[in-house]
Amino acid sequence: MPVTAETIIQSLASGLLMGLLYGLIAAGLALIFGLMDVVNFAHGEFLMIAMYATFFLFAFFAVDPLLAAPLVAAALFVFGAVVYLLIVRFAVRAKANAGMVQIFSTFGLAIVMRGLAQFFFTPDYRSITHSWLGGKTVSISGIFLPVPQLAGALVSIAAFGALYFFINRTDFGRALEATREDAGAVALVGIDKNRVFALGWGLGAALVGLAGAIMAMFFYVYPDVGASFALIAYVTVALGGFGSVFGAFAGGIIVGLVEASTALILPPSLKSVGIYAVYLLVVFIRPRGLFGSI
Amino acid sequence: MDTGFAQRRRRDLVVAAVFAVLAALVPLFVKDVYVQNIMVLTLMYAALSQSWNILSGYCGQISLGHALYFGLGAYTTALLFTKFGVLPWFGMLGGGLISAVIAMALGYPCFRLRGHYFVIATIVIAEIALLLFQNWNWAGAALGIDIPVRGDSWLKFQFTRSKLPYFYFALGLACVAWLVTWWLEDSKWGYWWRAVKDNPDAAESLGVVVFNSKMGAAAVSAFLTAVGGSFYAQFVSYIDPESVMGFQFSLLMALPAVLGGIGTLWGPVLGAIILIPLTELTRSFIGGSGRGVDLIVYGTLIVLISLARPEGLVGLFSRRRKGAVR
Repeated sequence: MPVTAETIIQSLASGLLMGLLYGLIAAGLALIFGLMDVVNFAHGEFLMIAMYATFFLFAFFAVDPLLAAPLVAAALFVFGAVVYLLIVRFAVRAKANAGMVQIFSTFGLAIVMRGLAQFFFTPDYRSITHSWLGGKTVSISGIFLPVPQLAGALVSIAAFGALYFFINRTDFGRALEATREDAGAVALVGIDKNRVFALGWGLGAALVGLAGAIMAMFFYVYPDVGASFALIAYVTVALGGFGSVFGAFAGGIIVGLVEASTALILPPSLKSVGIYAVYLLVVFIRPRGLFGSI
Repeated sequence: MDTGFAQRRRRDLVVAAVFAVLAALVPLFVKDVYVQNIMVLTLMYAALSQSWNILSGYCGQISLGHALYFGLGAYTTALLFTKFGVLPWFGMLGGGLISAVIAMALGYPCFRLRGHYFVIATIVIAEIALLLFQNWNWAGAALGIDIPVRGDSWLKFQFTRSKLPYFYFALGLACVAWLVTWWLEDSKWGYWWRAVKDNPDAAESLGVVVFNSKMGAAAVSAFLTAVGGSFYAQFVSYIDPESVMGFQFSLLMALPAVLGGIGTLWGPVLGAIILIPLTELTRSFIGGSGRGVDLIVYGTLIVLISLARPEGLVGLFSRRRKGAVR
């Protein structure tokens, strides 16, 4: 395919849609990190179970992914809060090697989740064959956009808008922000730190649940699906800057655009090289990412 | 206090020597090839984790991209041997030197990064290398390299009939990695590294050249890891990018040190002795079903150990030892 102005605009448009979705996948990771300085190494597996949940709702109850999305997000909310209460709560208490304990306890969880997925769902690749939006495209002045990705991009923008409102305008958002700044002092004004953290984990997981429901419309579902998206999510968050949820939004868009442009120049199997190179370039110039505070 | 430290170091050396001799005698009694294979892997991971521990444990620069140096060692040896007929011993040395140089070249920009930004940089650099090797046709691309069998000899470091030579080499490598760590622990470098790990700003103000300390740790760590990679290429006689440079490998190298005790002399050894047989046994006894039960068991153990023993399993031993003195 020759590279013309049209193909460039076409791939940048798809890149932008994918980038918004990357932002949504990374939002929960950024939220949890910003709240309590913990990187969830099982984030990709959270995405994986959200995709399976969407798939099975479709396969057994014929629920379209679009309708399943809120259900999956709610289920992931509960799951995230439980993971905090059962594992992360204890990991952050570690007196020695706190960083390592967080990395490896969540990484161990990731391995268990992958094992469980293999055990219950087998390693087979599954896909949702005929959802309302799946396989459809719209043409906007000669540029073809896949409808599932377009829906994903819109959901992502809506989710970030809601998140902004939530963090800045609600009591819980203020409690979240206060706990983030000083987890010790908030106890003095009657905020239960553990409750805030659990809800933060729930919210972070719910966001990735939303992303998983959308992804299941156009991507294969299999036990290792999370691993490839997890690394992109880490890069997205770091690119935007740890501690900044909206950095993840900007980071996602950049990652999507860079990935699409790399695919124009290099063979498709090397398209991630562009993302990684841009990450390195950005942090070599700005060691705290684009909007990072920590 | 100082004499106590010197005493401890002398005792460590004696204990290590006794362990090494006992380990060298084990194959006289254990003839089972399957068990010998596990022992070779255990020793290899003890050496690798010890090397990783130098940069990540002692110097505090957590690398989750050490698969890069392991892969470079493996590929240098395999490519030099298959393409130019260069003996693996030279490949091993060459791979180690190339890795040390690359570690410093990468360290130059990366060591300005801190915390998670550094960790992610190490991951993506290894990932870039993995993708490049997967697309590098001359080096076999994704299919990898089959190392041709030219008959058993120490000169060509190939043994098809017995695992014992590999066992003794791996034991030697584990001993060298341990000794290098032992020696560095009480050298100027060792003290610099611990200062850099605890508080880089304070260390800098006390005259520690933080940047050079990190570069030194990276070079030693990468060299030893690459030698491990060269060994692995000879041991399995087939390599491909995913199996020597994949992200999983970086984690597997770090795990023994983390579980045994990060930044400690005995942590990687203890971690490898517990973890590697466990991994191999769960894989072959319950992993055969292909249904991920081994992953469930293995992952659960990682979660439980890291939560229950954040300072690593060596803590169990030193506490008992202190109690005995009292």
